Amino acid sequence: MKQRYLIIIGLITLFLAPLVLPTFQITLLNYIGLYALVVLGLVLLTGVGGMTSFGQAAFVGLGAYATAYITTTEQLPEWLSWTAGSPWAGLLVGILLTAVVALFLGAVTLKLSGHYLPLGTIAWGISLYYLFGTMSSMGGHTGISGLPSLNIFGISLDKGEKIYYLIWAILMVAIWITSNLLNSREGRAIRALKGGQLMAESMGINTFRSKMVIFLISAIFAALSGWLYAHTQRFVNPTPFGLQMGIDYLFMALIGGAASVWGALLGAGVLTMLKQWLQDFLPLIMGGSGQYETIVLGLLIIFMMQRAPGGLWLILVKLTPVSWRNQHRIKVDTSAADLPRQALPKKGDLLLEARHVTRRFGGLVANNNMSLQLHAGEVLALIGPNGAGKSTMFNQLSAVDSPSDGEVLFLNQSLSNKTSRQVAQMGMSRTFQHVKLLPTMSALENVALGAHMRGKKGVLNALFHLERDEEQRLLKEAQYQLNRVGLGDHLHTEAGSLSLGQQRILEIARALCSDPCVLLLDEPAAGLRHKEKQALAGLLKKLRAEGLAILLVEHDMDFVMNLVDRIVVMEFGEKIAEGLPEEIQTNPAVLEAYLGGAE
Amino acid sequence: MNLQIATLLGQDGLTNGAIYALLALSILLVFTVTRILLIPLGEFVTFGALTMAAIQMGKLPQLEWLLLGLTCIDCSLDLYQQARSRFNRRKLQGVALKLGYAATLVILVHTLPLAELPMGAQILLTLALIVPLGPIMYRLFFQPLADAPSLVLLIVSIAVHVSMVGTGLLLFGPEGARTKPFSDSGFHLGSVMLKSQTLWVILVSIFLIVTLFIAFERTLYGKALRATAVNRMGARLLGISPVFAGKVTFALAAFIGSASGILIAPITTLYYDSGFIISLKGFVGAIIGGLVSYPLAAIGSVAVGMVEAFSMFWASGYKEIIVFTLIIPFLIWRSMTSHHVEDDE
Repeated sequence: MKQRYLIIIGLITLFLAPLVLPTFQITLLNYIGLYALVVLGLVLLTGVGGMTSFGQAAFVGLGAYATAYITTTEQLPEWLSWTAGSPWAGLLVGILLTAVVALFLGAVTLKLSGHYLPLGTIAWGISLYYLFGTMSSMGGHTGISGLPSLNIFGISLDKGEKIYYLIWAILMVAIWITSNLLNSREGRAIRALKGGQLMAESMGINTFRSKMVIFLISAIFAALSGWLYAHTQRFVNPTPFGLQMGIDYLFMALIGGAASVWGALLGAGVLTMLKQWLQDFLPLIMGGSGQYETIVLGLLIIFMMQRAPGGLWLILVKLTPVSWRNQHRIKVDTSAADLPRQALPKKGDLLLEARHVTRRFGGLVANNNMSLQLHAGEVLALIGPNGAGKSTMFNQLSAVDSPSDGEVLFLNQSLSNKTSRQVAQMGMSRTFQHVKLLPTMSALENVALGAHMRGKKGVLNALFHLERDEEQRLLKEAQYQLNRVGLGDHLHTEAGSLSLGQQRILEIARALCSDPCVLLLDEPAAGLRHKEKQALAGLLKKLRAEGLAILLVEHDMDFVMNLVDRIVVMEFGEKIAEGLPEEIQTNPAVLEAYLGGAE
Repeated sequence: MNLQIATLLGQDGLTNGAIYALLALSILLVFTVTRILLIPLGEFVTFGALTMAAIQMGKLPQLEWLLLGLTCIDCSLDLYQQARSRFNRRKLQGVALKLGYAATLVILVHTLPLAELPMGAQILLTLALIVPLGPIMYRLFFQPLADAPSLVLLIVSIAVHVSMVGTGLLLFGPEGARTKPFSDSGFHLGSVMLKSQTLWVILVSIFLIVTLFIAFERTLYGKALRATAVNRMGARLLGISPVFAGKVTFALAAFIGSASGILIAPITTLYYDSGFIISLKGFVGAIIGGLVSYPLAAIGSVAVGMVEAFSMFWASGYKEIIVFTLIIPFLIWRSMTSHHVEDDE
């Protein structure tokens, strides 16, 4: 509740500021607002999504130049004549242009490893800067002047203290929709990008799409800022859109705290003021009139990355008393409707089958001619000594890897050309040997990630929170699954603060949340205490009775022998035995593999 | 365009391409061993060129103070670390050696008649001033972050670049500089004059590339660095220190960067902020090599040099744009051919 009061006080201060402050301060505030809008996009991209771009300034330039060209050119080309020189048409064209460029840049870099987006945006930022400077229709290095001022409802925003309201109103709306997005199904998918993309894909999240969404949003925020800038200054030239400014925007995000939307505002404010002050102060001690503030800013960023990577916002949050801190609890509406469930296959149906699967890594044969079958309503254990090739087999079954020879069939479809995301959508869900959770997100949100595929509402709905109904249904499902696995007391606990055993159970709840018909569990009992193991065995028995097919890789023989229906034993990449638990316990080949030969 | 112009442009392209290839190789070297994209490499180029120019004009390069200052910070960090554990004789000797080295250079620069020195000595002095900055840079800025995500390393790399450009302005001033060519003679190839500096650049580049190749293929230290590049954790378990590997690669990068600067300083006028765009073209070459392949990166860099030279002739205003859009087809190709979702560290 206290956060709400703070926001209201802040808004009133913002509203009153132009009435009391001198023009110079208002101009400064306008700049801070314009910068913060760009930095907000970077918070989404860098702080939340774990990617980065140095080309934001170029997107600002695109927005600014689009409107400058349309509103000042006397003889517009035929295909632009519909715009009639209106700034609003300029805004539309700027945003469309930006979206096209961002989609293209994203398409060529976002599938590659994380270094290509920053490098690509550096190249893009420099190219656009030179392009603006060279094209005579864009005024070359002198730029374009004489832009009209904006007009809203007959009020001309021709002075700094008038456009101030528009800038800050747009910024506040941007902050609002960004927070909305992050606090939604799509937002969870975006936040999952940092926790390893393999996990996100296994939950049916299209990580490429999520990355594209935030890159696009951040580019459009930048273009919007450029449009506002152009009509505030009523003059554009290439300088403020160069790579230097692109770097400054990133620095603002880092100084403010890239993980929070408020960090954007703080960073833009602090860096703008600091730069002002350094530009006044440094020439006094160093002489000359160079841009020495860059030395200080660069060192400051290095220091912050080494000592306080969370930025100033995180420091501020830590300074406030605990009772003030936002005890952000997501409310779950238990009256929400249940999510529809898929009908489970008939008991005994063949669901997953490996046929003569061989996987070679160079000369090493990790899996050799492995075959196994998994039916609905049974628990199958895959066991074997360390290095037997169980994990490789697990990867073949879950389509993370594809076999060199042979094939895996799931619901009678070959998995050879399927991705782990497609397999998840077909109804296979899994846990990971090394737990892959988002440690700073609550248990509830982590589990809700599993229900990603069961929601339909997209980004646009999320931005304006028009999907609350569906969101409640997803959260209710997550809560149900958490209760079911026995973590009902930990709905709002940060996943990272749970014990390892609880984290494993949490992964099972997340997998169940996707309403699967096949569950693949990688060492689910590791790190669990005796009671927890019993509870887990109880849960798995219940799931089996419901008709799920469960395959588990496990080392705990007590756990396996008392639970499973059938066992497949592997050694040196090959199947050495298959059968009922009692048969396996007396099988000489298995005894030799585990205990060594008799001689 | 006639043959004469084409040869001239080709000559320019080859010279620049050779430099970009050198830079691309050190970018790859640093990246594979430390995961750092060394954006400040370009500053070593400008520092090299501008220091050389200052020495030839008989001016104090000022860089000696930067070296001394950074060495002092480095050494006090070393001492602080030791004070917390136990003083170790060898480490103390190391500190004394580093301080002595920096102090000697300051004295040398201030007593020698810089402008009258033979060119070989001027080059040695320049390298002696700049190369130690590489390992110090690693120690101060990157070593504390060795386990950080690569995004953080990239950001720090950019921040170091920004700081170094500012420092360059502080040390060398805003004026551009050009140095004397290594030798004045030229060669006639038919009707075309070949500049001797062009040959110098190409020969030295080839020499350096071959030397690096031999060092990496044949020596134990080279193999240790390659091992670190292949698998950092594995190399560590075999007793190869990642700190050592980082410092060595940074020293090599500083050496190659400043040597490149010295090589091209007689051909182009360099300013304190010219380094960035030069190193970025090295990056274009490295990207063409997929950030892993040395031969591809070298070929790509020469192509960058050529495209740059010829676009100078046809569309000089769009030269930079054409060069940077060169990476697009390679990005598209790599995007199309990559299937599996990559889990970034």
